[in-house]
Amino acid sequence: MTEWLERHVPKMVLAPSFAAILVFVYGFIAWTAWVSLTRSRLLPKYEIEGLIQYERLFASPRFDTAMVNLFIFGTLFIIISMVLGLLIAILLDQKIRTEGVLRTIYLYPMALSMIVTGTAWKWIMNPGLGIEKMVRDWGFENFSFDWVIDPDMAIYAVVIAGVWQASGFVMALFLAGLRSVDGEIIKAAQVDGIPNWRIYSAIIIPSMAPIFLSAFIVLAHLAIKSFDLVIALTGGGPGYATDLPATYMYAMAFSRGDIGQAASSAMVMMAVVFAIIVPYLYSELRTKHD
Amino acid sequence: MTDIALTTAHSPSRNWGRIALRWLLFTLLGLFALFYLMPLFVMVTTSLKSLEEIRTGSLVAFPREVTFEAWRTAWSGACTGIQCEGLRPYFWNSVILAIPAVLISTMLGALNGYVIAQWKFKGANLIFSLMLFGCFIPFQVVLLPMARMLGIMGIAGTIPGLIFVHVIYGIGFTTLFFRNYYVTIPQELVKAAKVDGAGFFRIFWSIFLPLSLPIIVVTVIWQFTQIWNDFLFGVSFSQAGTQPVTVALNNIVNSTTGVKEYNVDMAAAIIAALPTLLVYVVAGKYFIRGLTAGSVKG
Repeated sequence: MTEWLERHVPKMVLAPSFAAILVFVYGFIAWTAWVSLTRSRLLPKYEIEGLIQYERLFASPRFDTAMVNLFIFGTLFIIISMVLGLLIAILLDQKIRTEGVLRTIYLYPMALSMIVTGTAWKWIMNPGLGIEKMVRDWGFENFSFDWVIDPDMAIYAVVIAGVWQASGFVMALFLAGLRSVDGEIIKAAQVDGIPNWRIYSAIIIPSMAPIFLSAFIVLAHLAIKSFDLVIALTGGGPGYATDLPATYMYAMAFSRGDIGQAASSAMVMMAVVFAIIVPYLYSELRTKHD
Repeated sequence: MTDIALTTAHSPSRNWGRIALRWLLFTLLGLFALFYLMPLFVMVTTSLKSLEEIRTGSLVAFPREVTFEAWRTAWSGACTGIQCEGLRPYFWNSVILAIPAVLISTMLGALNGYVIAQWKFKGANLIFSLMLFGCFIPFQVVLLPMARMLGIMGIAGTIPGLIFVHVIYGIGFTTLFFRNYYVTIPQELVKAAKVDGAGFFRIFWSIFLPLSLPIIVVTVIWQFTQIWNDFLFGVSFSQAGTQPVTVALNNIVNSTTGVKEYNVDMAAAIIAALPTLLVYVVAGKYFIRGLTAGSVKG
């Protein structure tokens, strides 16, 4: 008996967590997927009706805006954060004595809640009293910076705040990557008189491909989940100009009482995450087996 | 790199070029530092100004007259809708929510990681993959059923309910951290201890736990930052009175009653950010390690 117990203790320790994940992750995903195929409104119904919720979803101009916004925000957020992060990492890699302090400064936004970030930038970009007023007071009377209240530009305001928050983190990833490149190769290249920028562009950066991939995955994941930032910065507005699928889902679930739409938009988000994560996990697992 | 550069830089003109380049480098780094520091600077200075000074002065000016009135209001008087008790009760909500959630999820992660890394059994890797995948889902996909489940369990809108949610969706990451840490410890250790008659828990308690301090720190910091900064679960699963600080902050900033008090908003934002900022300043090394461990390797 004790021997049997001893042999099965590891499984019994893991079992509650595993059961919880099965129910609260996979079971719940299945529930949401099921409900997304029904006519649920205020209360969930369980008779499957097909894809009507998805038809409604893709016919909805609001969700259309949300998907376009996700695309604009995601693309710019990822590209700018990566470029900025890489640039700062390379600059910091030049044997700077104050590197520790600078690194701390560049990375601290990552410790903040997106609600705090959104609140701060909302105030900085306040058209009446923020940057706009500041520059006008400097004598540029016609200067205008009212992105947060301009339906066409508000999503770019979200990009600014997002990049501010996440680029330092990308910098840290890249800096670690730069440091892990084999020093011997770099020394050999320097002995051969190859200029520094060539060493970076031809040797160091290409060898960091896996880090680019990781940074991309993390940023894409952050972009899709970005909910707090939009809520705090623009509240999804003006109108629904800065809605993302995440805010759309929340609005449908908790203020519009439209469970069917909430479930189907959540499934679309899930599909977008899948499309990015699965190839990544697959390639990760494959390289490990090779 | 510099030692090579030094030996080749004989001529004075090359030296000048190097000095100019160095200055350019420092200028750029300084400008970037300004970009990252500016919002914090603006938050702090705005929170110390009177509303009058905010209206007449410049965004980036130091306060002419320092006043802590906004801080007092933010802490104990600002309105989050109909109630005007400031951020204080919600700050404590976050504290009593974060502490058990962090401790429980870290403990579970340690045990799970120990099993998966050191007591491999058939299917353990599959279980790990399934748990890992749970880290990546957009939580919107579980919001609706979780809201119903919390109702069924009778803990909807309560702090224990929020603790439960944070523990459940934290397990994936904490397990990942500990598993990746324990996997580097040679299996012979467990084998030798078993020969000596030590059991599962004994080995964990007297061999693995004492080795685990760094990863415990990393995990606790990661979980604390995640849970303290969470907004989605907080706003979805709390009700008036049980909201965490992030939700209360958002309500203060977006409350439409009365005059917009930007200085109070900024003071409230700093108060909400203070605990995680403090952790970052004190234990930045571990914070960064958690960030990179959570992203680089799966």
